[in-house]
Amino acid sequence: MSDEEDDEIILSELETEDLVLQMHDDLYDGLREEIEEGVNILLERGWQPYDVLTKALVAGMTIVGNDFRDGILFVPEVLLAANAMKAGMAILKPLLAETGAPRMGKMVIGTVKGDIHDIGKNLVSMMMEGAGFEVVDLGINNPVEAYIEAAAREEADIVGMSALLTTTMPYMKVVIDAMVAQGIRDDYIVLVGGAPLNEEFGRAIGADAYCRDAAVAVETAKDFIARKHNQMAAG
Amino acid sequence: MTDALSRLLASRDWLMADGATGTTLFNMGLQSGDAPELWNADHPDRIRALYRGAVEAGSDIFLTNTFGGTAARLKLHEAQGRVRELNRLGAELGREVADAAGRPVVVAGSMGPTGEIMAPMGPLTHDAAVEMFHEQAEGLKEGGADVLWVETISAPEEYRAAAEAAKRAGMPWVGTMSFDTAGRTMMGVTSANMVTLVGQLDHPPLAFGANCGVGASDLMRTVLGFTAMAPEIPVVAKGNAGIPKYVDGHIHYDGTPELMARYAVLARDAGARIIGGCCGTTPEHLKAMRAALENTPPGPRPTLEQIAAELGGFSSASDGTGETAEPRTRRRRRG
Repeated sequence: MSDEEDDEIILSELETEDLVLQMHDDLYDGLREEIEEGVNILLERGWQPYDVLTKALVAGMTIVGNDFRDGILFVPEVLLAANAMKAGMAILKPLLAETGAPRMGKMVIGTVKGDIHDIGKNLVSMMMEGAGFEVVDLGINNPVEAYIEAAAREEADIVGMSALLTTTMPYMKVVIDAMVAQGIRDDYIVLVGGAPLNEEFGRAIGADAYCRDAAVAVETAKDFIARKHNQMAAG
Repeated sequence: MTDALSRLLASRDWLMADGATGTTLFNMGLQSGDAPELWNADHPDRIRALYRGAVEAGSDIFLTNTFGGTAARLKLHEAQGRVRELNRLGAELGREVADAAGRPVVVAGSMGPTGEIMAPMGPLTHDAAVEMFHEQAEGLKEGGADVLWVETISAPEEYRAAAEAAKRAGMPWVGTMSFDTAGRTMMGVTSANMVTLVGQLDHPPLAFGANCGVGASDLMRTVLGFTAMAPEIPVVAKGNAGIPKYVDGHIHYDGTPELMARYAVLARDAGARIIGGCCGTTPEHLKAMRAALENTPPGPRPTLEQIAAELGGFSSASDGTGETAEPRTRRRRRG
């Protein structure tokens, strides 16, 4: 991949516009150290942390997510990209808090009661974090109360539920029904995923969306958060 | 050729493996969320009944109730200290049932994925994965498993780790992957990639193939992908009994015994040597599969159109083989 390229690129010598494009490429290639360096350079050049996050990192991860969706990239490459993104985020996080920048959103996620599978949920967590979301991972085998308590405690925007078993996927409806009964269903965006699920199932149980894979989960989360912000602005 | 599976493969054109473990155990009262492996110690009669169900339906090979028997999985039930014991028990019960069958039946020690993501993408190193699989393999060996049966793997790194663990345990093994993402594994492996991977191992499996995934049609397409490359090692087809459907609050697999019987014959005609089911495949399905395999004369290699017509459509237009995805036009990168 990289060996055919002899020209060493010095990030700090790039014009800002080129640097951002280079960072998109470096994210695509999962180059962690380069992303850290790029983030620091942009900050030194006076960029707002929020702009670094959205224009350099999130925009780059969007390209990664699109290529994953289109079957050009696969999970391993996406995870490397997400790791690089997280390294950049680690620098930005304290600065974002200081500057009071808008949050991307917060998600609590867990595998439902009765289900001990977690790899799909872990992938979603890693990619959501890679896209700049805060993620609280509840682990496996979560009863209704675990979701509802964590969502309230964390002031989450999104509740994510995962199931890999056909015997456990109906439990998602139990959680959603409990949220409805407590009058809190509309406080959250509810996303569901897992190998045996489909859109029809997501609709049938009253979720906001079924997410086919981790990249779709990120895109869907971004869409819903944007809509929520628009509603708040309009309201 | 001293192991039981090699002997059977040498004497027969096809072998029938078993069906679902999880589906059957849930029907016996396993609560979702509990570790099936604990039943090897707590409910040995139910595990014997599980194994017998497959043997009595005509399976030549059955898998032990040890799929989640690595320390990584048992840890979720705080049973990581019982790896050796639970795997040994699972295999011992299998040995008992197989030896009473009155015909050669292979006890295959099931080893499922660790569930962790391997380095460099995730935290699990090769050495740690080998160690976990090896610990499980030793328990299965001690309990009398004929062969180790690694299944539902999605990462090539994990497949290699399992191969090394089998070597370390001095055991023959079989290894299948789950092709559930548009014809590829979750980690992007195509059927052709897997044939290449298997060919590179210094402790190659006795057989390799596909299990689980998205239903019988997709699995058949993967099998055609394997056999198109004319691998020297026998191919395993272990597909789900159709696709799970959500009906009135319950889930059921839509594959009938008749459909699975057609699937079994098509899999054989596509070149698979070991044919079985996976999720949703009950002894009823297995009986129909066995009868069909015995009573249907070999046919021509099925086409994709024929598979779609007989078993249902595919989950994706392509299975990722023979594609040359346009690489993204990249800018320069540092060396």
